[in-house]
Amino acid sequence: MLKIENLNVHYGGIHALRGVNMHIEEGKIISLIGANGAGKSTTLKSIMGLVSKSDGKVLYKGQDITKSQTIDIVKRGIALTPEGRKVFPDLTVKENLLLGAYLRKDKQGIKEDLDMVYGLFPRLLEREWQIAATLSGGEQQMLAVGRSLMSRPQLLMMDEPSLGLAPIIVKSIFEIIKEINRKGVSVLLIEQNAKAALEISDYAYVLETGIVVLEGTGKELITNDEVRKAYLGA
Amino acid sequence: MTKQKKWLLSCIAIAAFLAIVYVLEATIPKSSQWSMLFTVLEKGSIYALVAVSMNLVNGFTGLFSLGQAGFMLIGAYSYAIFTIPVAQRAAVYQYFDGGLIQFTLPVFVSILIAGIVAAVFAFLIGLPVLRLKSDYLAIATLGFAEIIRAIFQWNTLGPITNGSNLLRKFATYQSALFPIIACGICIAIICLLINSSYGRAFKAIREDEIAAEAMGINLFKHKQMSFVISSFFAGIGGALLAMFQTTIQASAFKAAMTYEFLLIVVIGGMGSVTGSIIASYLFIACREWWLRFLDSEAYIGDFKVPLLRAGFRNVVFAIIIMVIVLFYRQGIMGTREFSWEGLLRWFRNLPKNIKNLPNMFKRKRKKEAQINE
Repeated sequence: MLKIENLNVHYGGIHALRGVNMHIEEGKIISLIGANGAGKSTTLKSIMGLVSKSDGKVLYKGQDITKSQTIDIVKRGIALTPEGRKVFPDLTVKENLLLGAYLRKDKQGIKEDLDMVYGLFPRLLEREWQIAATLSGGEQQMLAVGRSLMSRPQLLMMDEPSLGLAPIIVKSIFEIIKEINRKGVSVLLIEQNAKAALEISDYAYVLETGIVVLEGTGKELITNDEVRKAYLGA
Repeated sequence: MTKQKKWLLSCIAIAAFLAIVYVLEATIPKSSQWSMLFTVLEKGSIYALVAVSMNLVNGFTGLFSLGQAGFMLIGAYSYAIFTIPVAQRAAVYQYFDGGLIQFTLPVFVSILIAGIVAAVFAFLIGLPVLRLKSDYLAIATLGFAEIIRAIFQWNTLGPITNGSNLLRKFATYQSALFPIIACGICIAIICLLINSSYGRAFKAIREDEIAAEAMGINLFKHKQMSFVISSFFAGIGGALLAMFQTTIQASAFKAAMTYEFLLIVVIGGMGSVTGSIIASYLFIACREWWLRFLDSEAYIGDFKVPLLRAGFRNVVFAIIIMVIVLFYRQGIMGTREFSWEGLLRWFRNLPKNIKNLPNMFKRKRKKEAQINE
């Protein structure tokens, strides 16, 4: 579905991604793990067109989207749940969700998806008219995920959805990721919480200082000695 | 309260207000000191329109733009130039052989043209300027406004703009209802825009540019749209101001004028249309009427009251804005808007609030501290 070939990104003089190759198959959960500063967020941002790529190719469903603008990429069906939630704090829950569907014109479909998101997160329905800033961290994360689902994506990219959340909420977030995946949405997941991410992943990549050092199915990596030492603390 | 009921109430309130203005205008003689009321209503409405248009950019889209006076100038001049009767042009353009333009357009067409010309300028200025952020944007827009003023005063353009001389004898309005209704319609259009999906996108840009972009909102296009629409209405505001003043001169549209609107927007609350409107009327009433006494020397018996002299009014305004910025950062309305329920609640809570008045500043700070935790 999404193919990344030899992706390079520079931030000024810093070479953040050094030839990353990835392949995301349709209907799968793929995770990208690695330490801080390894280039995980940069990978997602550059796919989204939020950061300019210095070299490489991004193919989505066989079409080249390397040079596409963010707006076209969203239209093609890729959505990003940004790191640190980034909900719009002074807007209501509903306004936040509707903004996720900003590029869509089909009112009926938007309404259906709104109900779908409320079905997925009943908490958000309870707080439909509340200002997003007044939600708890977990609820804000739910809102951020719900908002990215509102564009009806085929590929959802999530940047650390468990960041700063209580363990019990982290668990439910992972449950929801699985459920979203069951609905047919491919997921590209970035996580610090490597164990939880690998457990639900079909395939995973390990990124270190801008290079993919390891890849394999979730099960392979979880038993891999290097991964265990570096990321699973065992 | 049902939706229909609210609509009905609003319509009745608007009709009643217009009727009262109409009756008062017919009964109060021009010489009475109460005729100041009409100055406040007319100028207040015009200021409200410009303040709301500024709020669209500064409060709703989160762009710190200080170009409003420049766009008003463009609007005022476009309007005046097109509505001076041909017979009067020789007298107005006395230093430029009666000027270049020798035709007159209807008032409504000219008002629209005023808005459109301002919007075109805004579009062109926006191309380079809107790529800047925060303070840099403020400096650039302020600079452009000053450049526009200088260009309009340029002698070479005299046949069109009358150089640095007055423009006068253009069409004006007869009744105070004209600016009130015109501004009301314009503000209503801005409100519709703010409540549309575009308005939501503007607010999203204000809150978080990266997240907004990730939603597929084209940042530059939407900023440009907000800026151009805001300038369109500032241009119309300028045209109405020209009608109110009956004469205009480019030198009046200084940066200081933009600050007046900034003051109004901040006092009213960044991101509240209602706030901007209330603050406009308050500001104009204070400046033109209630605080006039600060500018004239006063004696109690033989005792000369200290400080009161020409210009002291501005000192008081400076102090007011400092107090607001320090203690009451949300302004009158914050980001809230008028609603009938809100008004009822306000009246119901009034006795309690008056009792709590002394604690107001203390409680505010405590609340803020809690949110920051």
